[in-house]
Amino acid sequence: MSIAPSRRDYSLIGRDARLAVENGLSAAQWYHTDIPRKQMKELMQRSDGPAIRDTAIWLAALIISGAGGAWFWGTWWCVPFFFVYGVLYGSSTDSRWHECGHGTAFRTQWMNDAVYQIACFMIMRNPVTWRWSHTRHHTDTIIVGRDPEISVMRPPDLVRLVLGFVGVLDAWHAMSDMLRNAAGNISAAEKTFIPEQEQNKAIRIARIWTAIYAATIALALYTGSFLPLMLVGLPRLYGAWHHVMVGLLQHGGLADNVTDHRLNSRTVYMNPISRFIYWNMNYHVEHHMFPMVPYHALPKLHALIKHDLPAPTPSILAGYREMIPAFRRQLRNEDYFLKRELPPTARPYREDFHNDAVAAAAE
Amino acid sequence: MSDWVEACSAGDIDEEDVMRFDHGGRTFAIYRSPDDEYFATDGLCTHEKVHLADGLVMDDIIECPKHNGRFNYKTGAAKGAPVCVNIRTYPVKVDDGKVLVRIG
Repeated sequence: MSIAPSRRDYSLIGRDARLAVENGLSAAQWYHTDIPRKQMKELMQRSDGPAIRDTAIWLAALIISGAGGAWFWGTWWCVPFFFVYGVLYGSSTDSRWHECGHGTAFRTQWMNDAVYQIACFMIMRNPVTWRWSHTRHHTDTIIVGRDPEISVMRPPDLVRLVLGFVGVLDAWHAMSDMLRNAAGNISAAEKTFIPEQEQNKAIRIARIWTAIYAATIALALYTGSFLPLMLVGLPRLYGAWHHVMVGLLQHGGLADNVTDHRLNSRTVYMNPISRFIYWNMNYHVEHHMFPMVPYHALPKLHALIKHDLPAPTPSILAGYREMIPAFRRQLRNEDYFLKRELPPTARPYREDFHNDAVAAAAE
Repeated sequence: MSDWVEACSAGDIDEEDVMRFDHGGRTFAIYRSPDDEYFATDGLCTHEKVHLADGLVMDDIIECPKHNGRFNYKTGAAKGAPVCVNIRTYPVKVDDGKVLVRIG
C-alpha cells in the first residue's frame, strides 16, 4: 500500500508549529466541565497515604521479582520473575514518572521528587527534558508542531508502533539523546521547551546516567553474564509492552488540533492490575481536563463528570478494536479520526473551533 | 489610602483557599492562609497566564491548575517547575470584615 506524504509537519520548529501559534491553537483556552469549587478542592486534595502504600508494594514487588530472576538465572524459572520485573521496571515507571512529575502523587514534595528521579531513570526519560516536554503536552495536547509527545503521528507508522511494544526504538532514541546531552548538546527542538536555566541540569543528569550504564555494561563484561543488564537497562525493552499497550489508547486515532480533551483523549475502563501499573491514567480525559487531581481521586472525578464526557471505552480490547481500524484508515486519509460522541447530558463541542476537523474526518 | 481597594468580605474565602478578584482591567488572586491571614498576588501564573484562583492552596503554597507550578503566595517566590519567574504580591489588610488590597 502506498502512503502519501504527510501534510502535517510535526517538527517543533517547523511550519505547523508556527501556524499553531499564529492561529491561536497554541496556549489556547481549553474546554473544562464545570465543577463547583468546593468539590474541586476536595478532589485536588493531596495525601501521602495512597502513594506510599502503592510505592511500597511496587518497590517490594520489584525487589522480589528481580531477586527471583537473579536467583533462577540460567533456568527457565527466571522467566516469570523477569516477566513481572520487566513490567514493573519498564512499564509501571511510565505512570510513576508522569504522576510524580505533576507533583500530585504525594503531598510531600520530596517524595514526588524521589520517585520521579527513580522512575525517570528506569523509563529512560531525562527528568529535566521530560518535565518540560510534558508541560508542553498539557499546554498544547496533540497540537501538531507544538506537542512533543504525540506518540502516533499521521499517517501512522505501523512498524514503529509494533516495535514500541518491545521498546527498541524508544531505548535507541533515549540512549542517543542521553549520550548527546552528556556531551553537552541540547538540540534545537529541546531548546523550544526547556528553559535556558534548566538545560545544564539535563546535561548533568545525562552524564550521571551514562556513568551508571557504563558501570552496568562493565560489570556484565567482567562477570561474562547478561544478568546485570537484565536488571538494569534491558527491562525497559522486555517490560515495555504494558505501558505502550495502555499508552497508545490515550490519544490514538482521535482528533488533533482541537482544544477540547473530550475529542482528543480517551478514557478506558481497565482491570485492577493494569490500573495499578498505570496509576489510573486510563481516566485520561479527566486527567487532561484537571491535571491537579491525584491519580487516586480520578475514579471519583470520573463519576462526577462522566455525564459531560463521551462514553468510556469499555476495555483495552475494545480500545484496540476501534483504534487499529482508525490507524489503517489514516494510512489512506490522514485527516480521518474517531469522533467521540457526547451523551445528551453533555455540553456540545465548540463548533466554531471544531467544525473543520469534523468535516475532514467524515471524508 | 486611595490605593486600597475592597476585594471581598473576609468570609468569602475559606481557610486555605483562594479566590479571583478583577479590578481595573487586571486580575488578582486573594488568599486566606490556614492561619487565617490574607494575601494577594497577581491573578495569572507567570508561566502561561492561567488563573491561579482555580488552583490548590497548601499551607503557604499556591499550585497552578494547569501545570502544577508552585508559588509561595506570601512572598511571591517561584517554588517549582515549570514556574521560573516570581509572582508579584500586594499588601492586604482586613478592615471591618472587608479584605482590602493595595494595588500599586
